[in-house]
Amino acid sequence: MVTEADSPSEDIDWRSDASAAEMSRRDQLEELYERLIYEPAVVAWSDTRTRLGIVILSVYVLMALVEVFGLWRNPDPNQAEQFLKPFQNWAYPLGTTKSGVDLLALIIDSTPFILLMVLAGGVWATGVAVVVGTVSGYKGGRVDTVITSVSDFFMAIPGLPLVIILAITLSPENPILLGVILTINYWAGLGRSIRSQVLSIREASYVEAARTMGTSTPRIILKDVLPNIMPYVMVNFVLAARYTIFASVGLYFIGVLPYTGQNWGVTLNNAYNSGALFGMETLYWLLVPMLSIVGLAFGLILVSQGMDRIFNPRVRTRLTGESESVEESENETSTEAWV
Amino acid sequence: MNYYLRRMARIPLTVLAVATFTFGLIRLLPGGPFTQLRIQLIRRGVPVEQVNARIEALQNIRPDAPLWQQYLDYLVGLAQLDLGRSISLNQPVMDVLARALPWTVFLVVTSTVLMFVIGVLIGSVQAYWEGSRFDQLTSGGSIFLMSVPYYIFAVILLFFLGFQWNVFPTGDAVARGVEAGLNLAYITSVLRHAALPIIAFTIGGIGSTALNMRGNGIQVLGEEYVEVARLRGLSDGRIATQYVAKNAILPMYTGLLLLIGFRLGGTVVLEQIFSYPGLGYYLIQAVNANDYPLMMGCFLVITVTLVVAVCIADLTYGLIDPRISAGDSDGY
Repeated sequence: MVTEADSPSEDIDWRSDASAAEMSRRDQLEELYERLIYEPAVVAWSDTRTRLGIVILSVYVLMALVEVFGLWRNPDPNQAEQFLKPFQNWAYPLGTTKSGVDLLALIIDSTPFILLMVLAGGVWATGVAVVVGTVSGYKGGRVDTVITSVSDFFMAIPGLPLVIILAITLSPENPILLGVILTINYWAGLGRSIRSQVLSIREASYVEAARTMGTSTPRIILKDVLPNIMPYVMVNFVLAARYTIFASVGLYFIGVLPYTGQNWGVTLNNAYNSGALFGMETLYWLLVPMLSIVGLAFGLILVSQGMDRIFNPRVRTRLTGESESVEESENETSTEAWV
Repeated sequence: MNYYLRRMARIPLTVLAVATFTFGLIRLLPGGPFTQLRIQLIRRGVPVEQVNARIEALQNIRPDAPLWQQYLDYLVGLAQLDLGRSISLNQPVMDVLARALPWTVFLVVTSTVLMFVIGVLIGSVQAYWEGSRFDQLTSGGSIFLMSVPYYIFAVILLFFLGFQWNVFPTGDAVARGVEAGLNLAYITSVLRHAALPIIAFTIGGIGSTALNMRGNGIQVLGEEYVEVARLRGLSDGRIATQYVAKNAILPMYTGLLLLIGFRLGGTVVLEQIFSYPGLGYYLIQAVNANDYPLMMGCFLVITVTLVVAVCIADLTYGLIDPRISAGDSDGY
């Protein structure tokens, strides 16, 4: 599986070298498409887990599109008979709640909100972590000391309690703001591990060569350092996204975040508080929002696991039977996965 | 020794920084707790001229004093372990938190240790027989476990073992009327009440621990020194414990620092579901009752617990891995 993936990625280097000379804008765009979209897609598709993950994630994107274009009814009370079980009436495939709301409509209705929030959380957490980690790792010295102390401080603050306090003072209702608040101090830990990776890359000979040639710091960080930590960043993007889902649904579930209409956590909370916990008959009402959460997280993790396998030199060398030693930084690949 | 001293010295500094931050949250956020407290007291029918005095009694802060004075008042209060008075429970916040803290620490420590041990065992078996049927099954299982948040396990456990089959109690930390002390009745009651939250919190973390250990184990097994140890004819048991396990677990142990933080924060949802009277439970109680002194107290105590826990992990790491005690404070 992975050896297959090797060849296209070697192609990339070869072609981008050759194409640097003279090309029309159209060729350049095509080249960019090949390199940034087509090739990674082929690599990703070659791993069964990534493939399954992508399929699952597309279902959620599809649900979001259905909601955006209004292809399914909106959730309303008394739109159907109460406590309809799933798969009984195909007009309401997932059944209905105590007040006769179509459960599928509830789930679809909040998909765009959740996806936006998850994206915002992931981008914020990894974005800040990358900036902080690369700058403090590469610059070193006083900059590093300051950044490290600040992130140490943020690491010392427990995430969810802080989010709860911020949520009651700010009452975030915008999904993007909410995503950012949920991962408000997530970057600290991630930034620290990116920093330690950058520390070792910084000593690499080609970076040193670039430095002696007088290349500017931002350019070195962008061209030489970033590509090396990109796989790690991608994997952690997914983990940050997962954390955002878990945290948001959990906080909606216990009723701390402000209700902005219905969403999976609110549905779970309603089911829980309406006594769905006490009887087998209404268990589906709890299970439907749970499955939507687990499905999304499962899709994300499958994609990240597949990516990890494709990018991870440790696993690759082991598979091709070489005994090349791998840098210690690889150990940290999944530290964040522990949340 | 220098390293330990420096590390210990950071605790009070961090606590001070966090206390300042908490003070900022209380005092400076627009429409924040302080203003709300005032509105709430007026709504409760406290005469306007008494409101300031009441706030002072509740929060240990004189609302009409200059900011620096308020900050000093707050710090002096903290230094005397006085966090003000809870509005909803009408008790000193410190008393409430002193009762709650041990339960939270009990949950987090027990479940983290269990999670670590079980995850490491599964992961090392996976790594050793990489690619076997067991490896494939448990890897798939681990990925699935990673995608289920712990509160879903909590709700499902509560549904079946708590409400449907009545095997375990569904709330509180100990049965009413059981005398506290080192007697059998008390201990079993505590264990029975803690069982579900601990199981839920443990299962949620096993998947990622196992995957982590698997990755590290595979890497270590491929290292040359393991091969050399085999060639030297060392016993399998010695290779497994001294060479493979030690080197595979070390990097994970540093991950514990982050993990403890996330898990301490995570008890908020967990304790709420099981009505388990720990810090997280009171935090939510305080949020729902607009009880700002209690809320801030919970936040502060959770943070201090985290700072101390991380410090302990840091210091013990130095004991396990001698390279750290050389003074490399950012060795992870």
